[in-house]
Amino acid sequence: MFMIGPIGFAVPWLLLGLIALPILWLLLRVVPPAPIRRRFPGVALLLGLKDDESETDKTPWWLLLLRMAAVAAAILAFAGPVLNPQTRVAGSNPLLVLVDGGWAEAPDWSSRMDRAAALVDEAGRDGRPVAVVRLTDAPEEIAFQAAEDWAGRMVAMQPAGWAPTAMADWVAALPQGAFDTYWLTDGLDHPGRETLVEAVTARGQMTVFATPRPVLALHPATFADGIIGLRVTRQPPGAAVAVEVAARGPDPAGIDRELARATVAFDAGAVEAAAELDLPPELRNRITRFEISGQRSAGAISLTDDGLKRRKVAIVASRDDSEGLRLLSPTHYLREALEPVAELIEGGLSDQLLANPDVVVLADVARLTQNETDAVLDWLDKGGLLLRFAGPQLAASDVARGSEDPLIPVRLREGGRSVGGAMSWGEPKTLAPFPESSPFFGLAVPDEVTVTEQVLAQPDPDLADRTIAALADGTPLVTRKAVGDGQVVLFHVTANAQWSSLPLSGLFVQMLERLAVSTRTGPPEGQDLQGQIWVPEQLLDGYGQTMDAGNIGGVEGTLLAAAIATGPGADLPPGLYAGSDRRVALNAVGTDTVLAAATWPAGTAIEGIEAPAERSLKGLLLSLGLGLLLIDVLAALLVSGRLRSAPGAAAAVALACLVMSMPHPASAQTEAGPEDDFALEATTAVVLAHVVTGDARVDEVADAGLRGLGEVLWDRTSVEPAEPMAVNVETDDLAFFPFLYWPVTDTQPVPSGAAFAKLNTYLRTGGMILFDTRDGDVAGMGGSTPEARALQRLAAGLDVPSLEPIPEDHVLSRSFYLLQDYPGRHLQSTLWVEAAPPDAEQAEGMPFRNLNDGVTPIIIGGNDWAAAWAVDAVGTPLLPVGRGFAGERQRELSYRFGINLIMHVLTGNYKSDQVHVPALLERLGQ
Amino acid sequence: MIQAAALKERAETLGQALPPLLAEAERLASAVMLGEHGRKRAGMGDEFWQYRPAHQGDPVRLIDWRRSARSDVQFVREREWQAAQSVTLWVDPAKSMTFSGDKTRASKGDRAQVLALALAVLLLRAGERVGLAGAGLPRSGRAHLWTMATTLAGADAGADYGTPSADDVASHGRVVFLSDFLGDLDPVEAALSRASAKGARAIMIQCLDPAEEDFPFDGRTIFESMGGTMRHETLRAGDLRGRYLERLAARKARLQVLAGAVGGHFHTHHTGGSALPALLWAYRALEGGR
Repeated sequence: MFMIGPIGFAVPWLLLGLIALPILWLLLRVVPPAPIRRRFPGVALLLGLKDDESETDKTPWWLLLLRMAAVAAAILAFAGPVLNPQTRVAGSNPLLVLVDGGWAEAPDWSSRMDRAAALVDEAGRDGRPVAVVRLTDAPEEIAFQAAEDWAGRMVAMQPAGWAPTAMADWVAALPQGAFDTYWLTDGLDHPGRETLVEAVTARGQMTVFATPRPVLALHPATFADGIIGLRVTRQPPGAAVAVEVAARGPDPAGIDRELARATVAFDAGAVEAAAELDLPPELRNRITRFEISGQRSAGAISLTDDGLKRRKVAIVASRDDSEGLRLLSPTHYLREALEPVAELIEGGLSDQLLANPDVVVLADVARLTQNETDAVLDWLDKGGLLLRFAGPQLAASDVARGSEDPLIPVRLREGGRSVGGAMSWGEPKTLAPFPESSPFFGLAVPDEVTVTEQVLAQPDPDLADRTIAALADGTPLVTRKAVGDGQVVLFHVTANAQWSSLPLSGLFVQMLERLAVSTRTGPPEGQDLQGQIWVPEQLLDGYGQTMDAGNIGGVEGTLLAAAIATGPGADLPPGLYAGSDRRVALNAVGTDTVLAAATWPAGTAIEGIEAPAERSLKGLLLSLGLGLLLIDVLAALLVSGRLRSAPGAAAAVALACLVMSMPHPASAQTEAGPEDDFALEATTAVVLAHVVTGDARVDEVADAGLRGLGEVLWDRTSVEPAEPMAVNVETDDLAFFPFLYWPVTDTQPVPSGAAFAKLNTYLRTGGMILFDTRDGDVAGMGGSTPEARALQRLAAGLDVPSLEPIPEDHVLSRSFYLLQDYPGRHLQSTLWVEAAPPDAEQAEGMPFRNLNDGVTPIIIGGNDWAAAWAVDAVGTPLLPVGRGFAGERQRELSYRFGINLIMHVLTGNYKSDQVHVPALLERLGQ
Repeated sequence: MIQAAALKERAETLGQALPPLLAEAERLASAVMLGEHGRKRAGMGDEFWQYRPAHQGDPVRLIDWRRSARSDVQFVREREWQAAQSVTLWVDPAKSMTFSGDKTRASKGDRAQVLALALAVLLLRAGERVGLAGAGLPRSGRAHLWTMATTLAGADAGADYGTPSADDVASHGRVVFLSDFLGDLDPVEAALSRASAKGARAIMIQCLDPAEEDFPFDGRTIFESMGGTMRHETLRAGDLRGRYLERLAARKARLQVLAGAVGGHFHTHHTGGSALPALLWAYRALEGGR
């Protein structure tokens, strides 16, 4: 096809006709406008008169230009111009459609899938077998199938929460023989991509579909010196732009809210940008996730684990030792270990307990007062961790000798023991490997850690259960018991280096971390996680929405650690994984994740995702030519003086009207009139309104639906609505409408904050919105149809009361007609309305509960009512409903639902109040 | 056979056309109530003038016995002398008279015929003698009206512009020319002088269409006479308007002068307006010329 810019020509040789235009110019130029022949007796008086001027014997230049333009338009039109022609030549080989399918594609997933579906359809029309592969899946043999088989499966295809990690593995799964490849890429370089590219280009032609939209990735937040560091990278780099990163977490009432917000500004051309967030610890500890506002992808979400949390630790020592002997202080090593990773609370134990610490460390404190013991026990019951260290005082005391002390895990022998010292036999004892039941399982035991002195536990029956670390000879070193929701842990050695070298080793810090006394500062290493099973608590899908982990099994710590370093995968989706005492976040984008731009082999055809629609310009140009000719008629009349007479003028006006009424090819636009006009239009009668979704087809059906409902209302009830109106929630005033019909579409933008505020005011002040997901609720409430997800996004900003499936006795079922169900074009979906108050009772002798107040502000359903109501200009139904008579019955019922709905909107709970009629009559009778 | 059939068809066409023309003329004339013009002295006439004693030589049949019976002498009843005028009408039958600037307006010829017939109705009612030029001397009697109407309706459109005829003008009578006077003025002048030579006074009524008075044309135009014998092409008709109107005014002035020279009257009538003022003017002009 011959192309000029984005316009192609089907019959380009006709363009040669344009060469004839100059000839036409000459021809037209010498031929003056044809004279009018007039019979006129007065001609006798005219004989001999000469014209003053003689220039009009040539056609005026502007008329020439007009005619030339008309002819040129006609020539261009017949040359078959097509805007954005699809020039791809369909091959005959099987077609392999590869979709990266990672989180980076989530923001425009539906348009990608639309494009993929269009490609598959096209292949289906050409009779080519197709295979569609999501590269984030685990490789499996690819089999070509008929295009129709893929249509259903592609609808269910969703982006994964991770990036494709093993593209090279797909090489082995490629089918035999030659095939062409369409690759819908997210524009990022993924491991193994080049191998796969080589493999598929070897088999046939490869076409790449990419979008210029930058991929944004939020890296895990870092925490240093009390400041949270946020880092966002993007690919490809573009203009200077600022993105908002919101920190979310539960507020004191436990409701998820935005806690803070930081602006990350990219310089022009920069790939990376960072911001810092300084939050008070109370707020910081509540943060559960960071997210880039307005980005729906798992890569724009960074879950926080315990890495941001700083526990409050109260350290209580037996006494303040003499100054100068800091290294001998029982708390020195503890402070050193905890200072950077926890908040230390100083002061006396009773004061410290008031600050509600997470951990209380008692370093060689033998006995507490009774008051202190009670306070500590109360605190333990609520989930505190009491960490005790032995020491000379504990060894010398009689605590937990005869019977078990509530604040010490095991009974202790008197005196303790000393090994490997100058005065004793044997070698200093080393640690035994940690048993599997121990929280320390997986930590490497360094050889240099030795124990020379310790307190010994009495060999009680439950000693083995309570031992979580032991020496090589089996002597318990760390014991633990649960008290209420909390626990007491006893290190049988001192917290300083007096009895053992444990506090000097890195193992000490790791053990504290495992006990959740401290929290790590960097990403967890393999060793940190090793030895534990991590169970997913929350998982993220590709859109960054949390989903229930369901029955996904736990994973081994080393695998998790590897995944944290390299990124999540199919067997280890991103989310929050819980170990025994801690939680670890596995994010789609890790600290070290680099967004690299994908480079394709030279000569690869790269197309956009948004396929510009092919559009024939022939009609447009012909209309233009015709319009020009009509103007030419007027102009010729003007030039030849025939516009003077009345019939001529009338004809000219008629022609002008014709020109004006030519169908305008531009898309219809709603012009916002002055506000007063809008208000007047909306208030002169009851006006049903629908929310503009931006999808022209949906808006059209909604409008036709409300018109149909309006006509039925007019016929059957005293409600006489005017023409329905389309309402833009961003710009229009909603207060005039008693009722808004809101068809939910996938592509609908989420309203702005101001619009949400307006909608909430509307709902609070008596408005009602009917949300219609139009999907027949195939996936159930909260399901995963695109509309249901869109509805969730919409409802997130709305002040929605608690909802319930519509009860049988709801006033909607009897506000005009008696109804049992509420069909639209679909039959089966559940209708959700505001929940009845829990104390509603069934009135005596009445089939209904006593529900008197309030009109439900929101109704949610998916029956596509507007489609069932829709009528065209002459009142015949626009869309089929069901089949045959049953379908017409269904349409009738949907009208009845509409009438009930409007009655409910306009009369509130009038029908429900009827339960009082007997009582009122009785009272009147007295 | 064919001739007879054609004649019949033509006669029927005429029969259809005549009553409206006559009716129109009668309607127009009925708006004018004028008395017969007595001569204010005894003579032949219908109106009573005086009784006088009978002289010798008066025929016996002239004696008014009823008056004579009241006295001893015989009286003769005298009537006022009423002299009938002879009026000759000439209606331009040329093609130029078929012009009408607007479909809703009657052509100039129609208007001229109606005017002429209405005038004839009035004159006949007053007892004058009326005739059409070239159709015999003027005669009185309403029966003559029908003949005149037939002659007018059957008048053949000949040349583009009409040549006034002063045939059949009675001596010392009146002659009425109804035309647009857009053609050559020499025949007009000749006819006027012939009429003048017979002692007749001429009344000229120029019937013009408003389009001829306004010249509302523009653009490239070829003007053709109604018969197509004359043509004039212009590229900007609008530019000619001023000069055309000048020439028209000059022609009217010339006609006025011509009429005045033979003691006649000249009047311009527009088909856009009502015919009545022209009729009244014509009648008065006929009277006043006595």
